[in-house]
Amino acid sequence: MAKAATRASDDTGSPPPPTHNRERPPEPQRHQASREELLEYYRQMLLIRRFEERAGQLYGLGLIGGFCHLYIGQEAVAVGLQSAMEPGKDSVITGYRDHGHMLAYGIDPKVIMAELTGRAAGISRGKGGSMHMFSVEHKFYGGHGIVGAQVSLGTGLAFQHKYSGDGGVCLAYFGDGAANQGQVYESFNMAELWKLPIIYVIENNQYAMGTSVNRASAEDQLYRRGESFRIPGLQVDGMDVLAVRGAATTALDWVRSGKGPILLELKTYRYRGHSMSDPAKYRSREEVQSVRDKSDPIEAVKRELAAAGVSEEELKKLDSDIKKIVTEAADFAEQSPEPEAAELYTDVLVETY
Amino acid sequence: MPIELKMPALSPTMEEGTLAKWLVKEGDSVTSGTILAEIETDKATMEFEAIDEGVVAKILVAEGADEVKVGTVIAILAAEGEDAVNVAGAAHEGASGGQAADIAASPAEEAQAQQATVSTRPKKGEAPASLQVEPEVPEGTEMVRQTVREALRDAMAEEMRSDDRVFVMGEEVAEYQGAYKVTQGLLEEFGDRRVIDTPITEYGFAGVGTGAAMGGLKPIIEFMTFNFAMQAIDHIINSAAKTNYMSGGQMRCPIVFRGPNGAAARVGAQHSQNYGPWYASVPGLIVIAPYSAADAKGLLKAAIRSEDPVVFLENELLYGQSFEVPKLDDYVLPIGKARVAREGKDVTLVSYSIGVGVALDAATKLAEDGIEAEVIDLRTLRPLDKETVLRSLAKTNRMVCVEEGWPVCSISAELMATAMEEGFDDLDAPVLRVTNEDVPLPYAANLEKMALIDIDRVVAAAKKVCYR
Repeated sequence: MAKAATRASDDTGSPPPPTHNRERPPEPQRHQASREELLEYYRQMLLIRRFEERAGQLYGLGLIGGFCHLYIGQEAVAVGLQSAMEPGKDSVITGYRDHGHMLAYGIDPKVIMAELTGRAAGISRGKGGSMHMFSVEHKFYGGHGIVGAQVSLGTGLAFQHKYSGDGGVCLAYFGDGAANQGQVYESFNMAELWKLPIIYVIENNQYAMGTSVNRASAEDQLYRRGESFRIPGLQVDGMDVLAVRGAATTALDWVRSGKGPILLELKTYRYRGHSMSDPAKYRSREEVQSVRDKSDPIEAVKRELAAAGVSEEELKKLDSDIKKIVTEAADFAEQSPEPEAAELYTDVLVETY
Repeated sequence: MPIELKMPALSPTMEEGTLAKWLVKEGDSVTSGTILAEIETDKATMEFEAIDEGVVAKILVAEGADEVKVGTVIAILAAEGEDAVNVAGAAHEGASGGQAADIAASPAEEAQAQQATVSTRPKKGEAPASLQVEPEVPEGTEMVRQTVREALRDAMAEEMRSDDRVFVMGEEVAEYQGAYKVTQGLLEEFGDRRVIDTPITEYGFAGVGTGAAMGGLKPIIEFMTFNFAMQAIDHIINSAAKTNYMSGGQMRCPIVFRGPNGAAARVGAQHSQNYGPWYASVPGLIVIAPYSAADAKGLLKAAIRSEDPVVFLENELLYGQSFEVPKLDDYVLPIGKARVAREGKDVTLVSYSIGVGVALDAATKLAEDGIEAEVIDLRTLRPLDKETVLRSLAKTNRMVCVEEGWPVCSISAELMATAMEEGFDDLDAPVLRVTNEDVPLPYAANLEKMALIDIDRVVAAAKKVCYR
């Protein structure tokens, strides 16, 4: 093999051009946030954290059933990226760990929580549950339960943006586990061939359920996974909301200028188990605690806010406002009625035949 | 010995073709590899090469002759040292089978006569005479003969003209003009924005289509055959079929997945399977499997317009068959309505897709024995038009299901359960089913024939339920 390779390069006289000769996006710059922006990121991340903590509680009380995947620890990813998007113009799609992405797109916490408890007032009328939530109005397209399916679907949403010429970009999230699914690469190929406006986002939280990235991925530098398709990749600190926001700007500039897809790998961490029923025996408590202590995305922003002169009181006020929103959402979700029995048969099909 | 050059079969399903062009003339010397003619099959124009050396002694089928049956002698090659003229004369007597008798005596008129004979003989690809035309077509409507293939293409083209959201995506749909030529001409008319060749990635492009539908477009996703759609079945079922329900009616997925389904001809187990029962078991999907060209057109148009995801199952063996299609500006049929393809009073034969042709032929044969069979073409498999089936059962009191597919968990099984649950009092005999054998489809010609439904088995089952 080695011999053949040597001869091949002798024949051509020069080695193949290195990939970095292709045009690449510039290195993203950490976002210079205004005080207001920073406060807004903090508010959104805290809302997600408190919302998820409450969802965990409600699960424990038996009010939420089935699978429930919490976003705690990963808040900076959805907030940093989606703060750069235009709801109603740009589309977002993700897998089953979807509560945070919905909250970051400004969807009412009440209807999300009511969906978690399976109530008629839920965003999917109680028929979707934690993993299957959508808001066409916000161009949030789910909420998909099959690992990796959202990558092809998101590529289809990007196809629609291009076909309709609406100027929108699709943001398609998937995890480090989904990054090994075949359809991801089928989609990469088509997206680059057709220069579709899509940002692929690998939320690398280090564990695909219980399997660490190193145990599942031959190429564990996941931002390189697009190289065979000529999709440039950037690795981003997903625990730093400003770094994430900066990468979003770079990615959007690339995609909106018609250069086709881009891949972002966001290095992040989930504090909770894969789902509520995961005891997370595959990692140590110390590992989790260490990330919480050193890299918590919310604490980091809190420090930035203090440096920017935001008072402790202002933050406390914000904190209590968020607690109130979450409590209201939880109360609403507990108190609203379950769907009518007749709902069992509605919306199977749109039309009557 | 002179060599007979016969009309070649250039595809697994080709039964006849058009001799588009002769590239040699009588008296020409040819060697192995010389291109003799261009032959148009139902799918493509192919070159027909010489295998032997010799001189073209006689051309028996003229350029332009269509519907030339596979195996027809189209030319005679004189081998080296043979007298081309004598060979040509002698060959007439030897020309194979029934065709020989049709050849006119005068050598001058020969080719022409052959052509005439070929195009006027009863066509294998013709729909059985007993097939009745849609009652829902206004009286006096002009009918045109069209193949199923043309009808499908027209349906897509018409819908694409009227709605910019409609586009076609799949393998070889654009520049190649369709692996089975169903999308022929669409690229030319609509351009590469709306007629899109994909890489060979069924899972990926089924997902792309589904996502585009969620985003508000109306994709037509062509699978080269439904066998390959197994790679994509996750998106058809998990992504497309369940979306509207899971979103509480908020997010729709108006998409058509279409392509040939069922057994083709001699392509073996992996390329021969009927997915009708698979998809028909899924709530949230519409499943259509037409038989005639008119139904193919009217139902594909309805499928494209539907706000629901549709699995549209075509059949490769039907693509080239011709039927009467109403000449109407906008011929759209209702989804979920079966059609009485032939009226009868003694026994009901229920079928769909290619099975309808078998059932109709069986009905003709049964009529010779004094049994009047009613043939129901389901057309839509989900939602199933139980009403039409039960109404027919109430009239005939006997039923046979005919299905080109496996017996277990089949549409036939569903129909039989329906007859038990909702038509029990009307039954004078147990319902029987005639299906393919419960084995992967074998390749060997004799075994394949044994595995597939045929007229005789339908006739036998019908007689059995009639106690005859």
